[in-house]
Amino acid sequence: MPIAQQPRPPSKSAALIDFSPEASSLAIRDLSLAYGETQALRHLTLRIPRHRVTAFIGPSGCGKSTLLRALNRLHDLNDAVVRQGEVWLEGEEIHGRGVAVAELRRRVGMVFQAPNPFPMSIYDNVAFGLRLQGGLSKRKRDDTVEWALRAAALWDEVKERLRASAWSLSGGQQQRLVIARTLAVGPEVLLLDEPASALDPISTLKIEELIRNLKSQLTLVLVTHNMQQAARVSDYTAFLQDGELVEYGPTDTLFTNPRLRRTENYITGRMT
Amino acid sequence: MRWAFGSRARRSRREGIGAWLAAGSVALSLLALLALLALLTIRGLGHFWPAPIALVMLEDGRQLAGEHVREVPLPEGEGRERLYRTGNRDLEGSRWQWVPVSSITAVSHPPDLVVLERRRWGEAIGRLTSLQRETGERVEGEPAWAALNARLAELASLRQARDALREEIILPQVRPLEEGDEAPRLEAANARLRELQAAMQGGHLILEAVDGRRLEVPLEQARRARRPNGMSSLEKLVAWGNGVWRFLSEGPRAANTAGGVWPAIFGTVLMVMLMSILVTPFGVLAAIYLNEVAHQGRLTRLVRISVRNLAGVPSIVYGVFGLGVFVYGIGGTLDEWFFDATLPSPTFGTGGLLWASLTLALLTLPVVIVATEEGLARIPDQQREGALALGATRLEMLTRVVLPMATPAMLTGMILAVARAAGEVAPLMLVGVAKLAPQVPLDGDFPFLHLERKFMHLGYHIFDAALHGGDVEAAMPLVYATALLLVLVILVLNLTAIFLRHHLSMRHGALAR
Repeated sequence: MPIAQQPRPPSKSAALIDFSPEASSLAIRDLSLAYGETQALRHLTLRIPRHRVTAFIGPSGCGKSTLLRALNRLHDLNDAVVRQGEVWLEGEEIHGRGVAVAELRRRVGMVFQAPNPFPMSIYDNVAFGLRLQGGLSKRKRDDTVEWALRAAALWDEVKERLRASAWSLSGGQQQRLVIARTLAVGPEVLLLDEPASALDPISTLKIEELIRNLKSQLTLVLVTHNMQQAARVSDYTAFLQDGELVEYGPTDTLFTNPRLRRTENYITGRMT
Repeated sequence: MRWAFGSRARRSRREGIGAWLAAGSVALSLLALLALLALLTIRGLGHFWPAPIALVMLEDGRQLAGEHVREVPLPEGEGRERLYRTGNRDLEGSRWQWVPVSSITAVSHPPDLVVLERRRWGEAIGRLTSLQRETGERVEGEPAWAALNARLAELASLRQARDALREEIILPQVRPLEEGDEAPRLEAANARLRELQAAMQGGHLILEAVDGRRLEVPLEQARRARRPNGMSSLEKLVAWGNGVWRFLSEGPRAANTAGGVWPAIFGTVLMVMLMSILVTPFGVLAAIYLNEVAHQGRLTRLVRISVRNLAGVPSIVYGVFGLGVFVYGIGGTLDEWFFDATLPSPTFGTGGLLWASLTLALLTLPVVIVATEEGLARIPDQQREGALALGATRLEMLTRVVLPMATPAMLTGMILAVARAAGEVAPLMLVGVAKLAPQVPLDGDFPFLHLERKFMHLGYHIFDAALHGGDVEAAMPLVYATALLLVLVILVLNLTAIFLRHHLSMRHGALAR
């Protein structure tokens, strides 16, 4: 049954906005998640618009990273995680029987907080996902690697030393390399888990610019604890607290005119 | 203020003592190690240096010639006593003589004293008086020395030719002989062998011991001769190098109290290599399962603790296990199935290279598992998640990201395993080491690697030569030399593995170290 026709459960959250199923890339429906005894997410329901940047903000431990990792099933690795609810990607439930989890993760790429390039050359890092899929001629692979590095605004800095170790790059370059690596496999959605928190201000600016440029090609979901960053790069912002979705709306509205007191307290810094 | 100052002084004083203690224990450990190596080196390598031969005059008018070995105090203050290695066992009944220092009137080192190594009776020490060539010609006095050396060189090359020929003849005879075309070739070779052996016969030399008794030695019995008192340092160095080389390249003689240790070196290295080949895959797979695949629950923890404890089980226990399970159990069954023609004499149902390697592999398995697991645990989860997030399956993640990064850790495990296995002797005594196995388990005979054969081992060779040889005095220097060699072999094996690890961690980046 298409998501639009399903009855919505009553929610305490103040959704300023809802997207039509056609405009949304991901739809999260009544998603709850627990690490053993600890409840991390409680009955979340929201849709994430296609080709836009959506930011999750909230205090530490509010569940924003947990939510992000639920979108490409990275929690599968942890036996202690118990999940209820659904996540739909382009009209397909990602926990469904016919879904290959490796294929899902290719479609929903992820960039982590700390840059995690593999201990290989720059080229091999970007080609890693392509080689997993196989079936690409060397020429085609070279082209894709170059395209991905250009898309991540890294090509000009590394084109002379593609065979050098990825670990010889600076932190900011490493993070852009990781983004290039993810872009190379052609994802529809890119999840970014505090991608700039380990970087210096200039590298952060480069990453933010990159995020803004990438939204013409794919859907981006950004987790950040930096509200200025969320305000600078995102189109929509969801505020989470204690595993609940508190408020969700266009970034401008949410930051200038929040509907709920809890949101206002958080964004004005009266509560962390 | 004053109190605070005093306290700081006390504290810094205490800190000073701590640093001294720590530095002292490091220095002490280093000193102990250096002392160990120095003892092994001096006693072991010194043995091959041509020692001067002393001519000793005694009170009662007797004379003796020999190499000064050591001097010990007699009980109850009755002076000191010296041990000389005098050789001439066929004259004296012993190669050693104890002499009270008080009875010695003079000691000199005449340059014409000859040390002759013979095939039987060991060394002879005396003066060369005459030599009768194989042609019957007699040479007296000083020219006899030159003639002897010429003939010895001749004999050495003849012997070499004979040994090569023998190998050619004997080896095919060990195999079931194929009739026909082999026969004429064999006949020719046999004739040539008889010729060579005849050429080696004939001639003898007369050696006069210092007490005037004469020794007649057939020339084919003589191996090497030297006059150590007359040798220059360079000549001594050459003789030393030759001695070391013979020790490394020849097989043992005289119930392991003389000769070389080549089969033992070969056996040790081959056994350790086989052990590494067996233990590494098993250990690595077990570690991967424990760290990457298994549910991290109570059972996994229990298995992990058990594995760590297995590393502390005394090695002889593994020997007993190997004897019961590998040798009698599996080996006995193999014999019943495949080698029943030769029963009751066992093929695999007795100790051998394979069983020894397997037993040591089992012994070192915990070491490899623990080291690999630690390496795996050091790899950040972000690397694993990074691979998964790119659409890798768990197997792809393991083989393409995790294992390459853990390779140095696996090699560390292998290094530790090699270090432990190469020095292990106790379990080997039960599962396949031999006192004497001159045939190395690797040769040109199908199937080239003879896993069922018994083999020699440096560690066991030390044990055997030190305790079970007839002549302990003769064996001791070889024990030191063998011990030094064992240390060096382990060092070389370790350095090889460390070099390999370094090479790999260069390739996989700094973190993987």
